[in-house]
Amino acid sequence: MEKTKNIKPVLKIRDLRKSFGTHHVLNGFDLDLYEGESLVVMGKSGSGKTVMIKCIVRLMQPDSGSIEIMGKDITKLDHEEMDQLRTRIGFLFQGSALYDSMTVRENLEFPLRIHKEKYVQKDSLVLDALDSVGLTSAIDLMPNELSGGMKRRIALARAIIMHPKIIIYDEPTTGLDPITAKEIVELMKEIQIKYGSSSLIITHDVDCARVISNRMILLIDGINYVEGTFKELISSKDKKIQAFFK
Amino acid sequence: MRLNTFTVPTKIEAFFIEIGELYLFAGRFFKEAFSRPFEFRELLRQCYNMGNRSLLLVSVTGFILGLVFTLQSRPTLLDLGVESWVPSMVSISIVREIGPVIIALICAGRISSGIGAELGSMRVTEQIDAMEVSGTNPFKYLVVTRILATTLMVPLLIIFGDAVALLGSAIIENLKSDMSFLLYFNKVFNALEYADIFPATIKSFFFGFAIGLVGTFKGYYCKNGTVGVGEASNTAVVYTSMLVFIIDFIAVFVTDIFSSMT
Repeated sequence: MEKTKNIKPVLKIRDLRKSFGTHHVLNGFDLDLYEGESLVVMGKSGSGKTVMIKCIVRLMQPDSGSIEIMGKDITKLDHEEMDQLRTRIGFLFQGSALYDSMTVRENLEFPLRIHKEKYVQKDSLVLDALDSVGLTSAIDLMPNELSGGMKRRIALARAIIMHPKIIIYDEPTTGLDPITAKEIVELMKEIQIKYGSSSLIITHDVDCARVISNRMILLIDGINYVEGTFKELISSKDKKIQAFFK
Repeated sequence: MRLNTFTVPTKIEAFFIEIGELYLFAGRFFKEAFSRPFEFRELLRQCYNMGNRSLLLVSVTGFILGLVFTLQSRPTLLDLGVESWVPSMVSISIVREIGPVIIALICAGRISSGIGAELGSMRVTEQIDAMEVSGTNPFKYLVVTRILATTLMVPLLIIFGDAVALLGSAIIENLKSDMSFLLYFNKVFNALEYADIFPATIKSFFFGFAIGLVGTFKGYYCKNGTVGVGEASNTAVVYTSMLVFIIDFIAVFVTDIFSSMT
């Protein structure tokens, strides 16, 4: 990843802070995500991983710090500008978050409806996204007719339908059996190659991190405790780091 | 010197905070309702869902209401020797007061709780967050469309419910006194005036607005997971029912002022 140091990051976070009352969740978190890389952020439950990604897409407002996405400071954007930027970010939610009242096709078409130029090619975009996750046959099914693994795939198809530059994954393998989890991780790799996107993955699944990460950050006490490749981190003698890989 | 300070009980404080939040929520609705893009398709879908799916319930309630009301009031009017007043008395009572309030309460239970539960479960399963992340305004798509749909459909349901109630009343009257349907409805339309129908229709729009507003408010800001969904649904019904009575009281009060002026 040395060569990436000279490239401008697509996502840059500096000194991010967020508290809930007296509980300080993020205490000056920094992050750089470069084009085409897979960055895994690991941390214990409640360590602020989800808060951090919610701040990135402005589902939460940070107390202080800056978040730059493709050179734009999101804290200074108005709603319309932020919505425009959001079309370049794919987001895979932990529980898939498919719209219950819509079919798979409608779920995938939903992000396209506000973009006239993309909406006219909605059929081809939907089929392409479903083909990427291997579920074209599920196009007319309702979410309650899908298994957990299928839901996650469809959610992934919805996340990539706008061909985003950045894909954010919130615990992509949580709640899945080991085989399905492995399939999802492989799919994430394939999608990254196909679309040339950058991936920010929040997980505590060591296998997922091993397979997909180019670089990792361990988030402890609201700050980046350590940063490095999977190999570097797993061979560390630090007890706090070792605790993640046991 | 130590000053005695008055502490507002937490529940009262929370109640007033909620009233303030509801006021801001309503303000945001008016702001978003008149700005582009308009979600016509979703609005039509919601109108169809709320109207069509409540039709049977409103029909049954309205029919029984007319039936029971006529059966209960007949003996008294019979004692007074004014049995022929049944159509006019029943129609005025139903159209002015009982019909709108009862149907609005039925809609509060059927529609407001449904909206509260639906949006609440969408909130806890991150579906609303997913909409926001996709660049769609979930407030406009979910809240504005539902409030507009209830504001439009509840008055229609009330008018329909009133008509069915009068039909129920006519059937009982026909069975009990051999009054023909033609004569019954002739008496009904002779008794009803513009001043009976207009205020009742106006207040039914407010009932519809309150049903949509409270349901969406409780669902949209739902917290505490699945327990919160149940709470949102339950409190939506309680708050809406209270609001229906408050609006009804204000409407009657205002109508009374206007009628005394003319």
